[in-house]
Amino acid sequence: MRTAKLRFRLLRGDKILTIALAAAALFIIGIVVALALELFSGSSSSLFKFGPSFLTGSKWQPSNNVFDALPFIYGTLVTSAIAIIIGFPISLGIAIFISEKLKSHLTFGYLLGTLVDLLAAVPSVIYGLWGVFVLIPLLKDYVEKPLNKSLGFISLFSGHPFGYDFFTAGVILAIMIIPTMSAVTRDVLSVVPSSQREAMYSLGGTDWEVTSKSVLPYARSGIFGAFILGLGRAFGETMAVTMVIGNIPSISSSLFSPGATLSSIIANQFGESTGLFQAALIELGLILFFVAVLINGLANYCFGG
Amino acid sequence: MDSSAVKLETKDLKATYGKVQALKGITMKFPENRVTAIMGPSGCGKSTLIRCLNRIHELTPRTKVEGEVILDGVNIYSPKVDPVAIRRRIGMVFQKPNPFPTMTIYDNAVAGLKLNGLRNKTKLDALAEKSLRMAFLWDEVKDILSKPGTDLSGGQQQRLCIARALALEPEVILMDEPCSALDPIATAKVEQSIVELKKEFTVIIVTHNLQQAARISDYTAFMYLGKLVEFGETAKVFEKPKSELTEKYITGKFG
Amino acid sequence: MTILVIIAVILAVIPLLLILGDVFMRGAPAISIGFLTHLQKPPNVSGGGIANAIVGTFTMVGIASLISVPIGVAAGIFFSEWATTKVSAISSFMNDVLTGFPSIVLGLFVFVIIVYPTKQFSAFAGGVALSFVMLPIIARTTGESLKLVPITLREASMALGIPRWKTIFRIVIGTGKNGLLTGILLAVARATGETAPILLTASTSIYFAKSIFQPTASMTVLIYNYATSPYSSWQTQAWGTALVLILIMLGLNLAVKLTIGRNLAGTRTEL
Repeated sequence: MRTAKLRFRLLRGDKILTIALAAAALFIIGIVVALALELFSGSSSSLFKFGPSFLTGSKWQPSNNVFDALPFIYGTLVTSAIAIIIGFPISLGIAIFISEKLKSHLTFGYLLGTLVDLLAAVPSVIYGLWGVFVLIPLLKDYVEKPLNKSLGFISLFSGHPFGYDFFTAGVILAIMIIPTMSAVTRDVLSVVPSSQREAMYSLGGTDWEVTSKSVLPYARSGIFGAFILGLGRAFGETMAVTMVIGNIPSISSSLFSPGATLSSIIANQFGESTGLFQAALIELGLILFFVAVLINGLANYCFGG
Repeated sequence: MDSSAVKLETKDLKATYGKVQALKGITMKFPENRVTAIMGPSGCGKSTLIRCLNRIHELTPRTKVEGEVILDGVNIYSPKVDPVAIRRRIGMVFQKPNPFPTMTIYDNAVAGLKLNGLRNKTKLDALAEKSLRMAFLWDEVKDILSKPGTDLSGGQQQRLCIARALALEPEVILMDEPCSALDPIATAKVEQSIVELKKEFTVIIVTHNLQQAARISDYTAFMYLGKLVEFGETAKVFEKPKSELTEKYITGKFG
Repeated sequence: MTILVIIAVILAVIPLLLILGDVFMRGAPAISIGFLTHLQKPPNVSGGGIANAIVGTFTMVGIASLISVPIGVAAGIFFSEWATTKVSAISSFMNDVLTGFPSIVLGLFVFVIIVYPTKQFSAFAGGVALSFVMLPIIARTTGESLKLVPITLREASMALGIPRWKTIFRIVIGTGKNGLLTGILLAVARATGETAPILLTASTSIYFAKSIFQPTASMTVLIYNYATSPYSSWQTQAWGTALVLILIMLGLNLAVKLTIGRNLAGTRTEL
């Protein structure tokens, strides 16, 4: 070698690095496995005592040590359904607006996108705070009471609206999942090749026809993925929901009755729980774990991981 | 063959790329201080061949190399040999210029030295200037050494990459179609430096440009479908090719 | 149809403006130097502050970062540079599942493994819980950013006889460092706003925690407790705390925008 001495880095450095990095990757796998195991262990007394009827029964009485999960599964499903019914069309609308209509006004689209992204950064507990003092009075007086008066014969709108109910929780969830769903949908729409749109335009299609018949079908699976992501977020949301849903374990057909979700009841009652009560709450967490794994897994499958 | 020594040779070199057998047993000798061109149609294995010469090919997943590559009498594929050390003796310039985007022109030129532990500023400055001169880039960049490497034009970037490889003072320089991404003027400048390089180094250049091979190389190898078809002094290969396949390629009947 | 789309946009923008507006308007009256530096006081006593909550949040996010940044970056490097291995594929998939996991379940997990055995709520447990929130985000954005670095740069470095570990640290990470920083900042912002996991593990306190193995207050749990209390002075303080929190989050998000200029496609980590 004709140059100055070059220090000889041996393969040792490479071997150490590979092991250290692989350890970190294995750690992540370990977390997921440990998560499942510890939840099983923490809820073991409840699993043992109640068995499968935990999922189908509807009695939740801490004072009598009787616990069932159905009211919370119901609550989670209902609030998420409301959130999706309200949130998904709006998200789609925003995404279409930004990616199709605002193509010529890039700055405005960027600003709008940033605004919506900002919504995603707001912590759940602040949504809850706002929900308690602003949204509940608003919905109670301007939406729930009128609907109850005029359409109260429909079981959906029956009962006495307090504001702390499924409906408010669903609305707040909708607001919370819109940023995520619209952002993902926006990304999905933006990678649709312009040749698709051009083909439709050249056949004489209007803006709306181009969007609905060419762009949306092409982006079908991505939009479905965004839908699943929104659903996942709605299922797992805790603080905002627990602050506005009333946390009464009840299964009622009325949107205006208080209820509870899997996550909201844990946040609400865990602090004072012990023994079997605590184990039952952890078992609810176990159910949430499986739901989350299923949905997140599905979402990642949609996007190729 | 003239009386120059053999710097690098391969013995029955085979290489796979996933399921594809890219090299089917190549045995050839590369003369010292000469420019050897390797040519052939797309897919003939010429890129794979030189990537085996500095053990870069094996960095791609799902590849396998068999056979020997002998540098100064030592098989570089023997388990006792450290591939990292080999790559300091056999340098490489790639098809598309790839200067490090976060480094200045100066830092790019001496990247190999710095990252291998050389700290002495005087020595670094001297080697930077020497290698940039050899790449015919010094005059154009001597006043802007602290600008990012990516500020240069395509041709200048490629010459910077050549300087970067030269700074380590390797013994062999491999070039994988170094001019294919460059315009004719930049190409001419790069060819100018290649011809000068053989005074100090052994140069092996892959090219699909027949005129380029004829212009700058002393020896030419012609490959087809993973096999070595012909090898000899450039003038002889172009004027009186031994193989009919070679003749067809040279006269443009395929490839 | 255009009209419907415009309505959708308006419907989405209004809540944002309302929320931010309310936080600023209702929170501003509560802010003062004293608010930021005094300890919490009972609802009928004036002069209460959230100093211990601010310190608690910073402490736990700090602990979480110390744990999640090294492991997350390491895993991310593995996802990118050893992408073809089975371990990487499985780990990366699990990591994606863990991203955006319901954080209350993560809180339950840390409760079972740390709080229950030690019979102690603690800032440490809270920090560990937050680290599980941050880790998947950091691992994912690190992996994605490094994958964007062109292969040819790695090859150029290896061809100069630079060993693989140096190639990774000096060249690959050197080129992709903006993405890494962004991911870390996003994870920190996320952790700062979390409530459920620390509710179950660090509980709350009206004092400064004397060590990390004691319970501690935090801004988010304080907002939850004060907002759901019947005292109007506490409710105002909840808004004030929300304002402080929002300002911190905005600051962090601004830092992200300054680091990368534009949003990188595929790095949506608020999932």
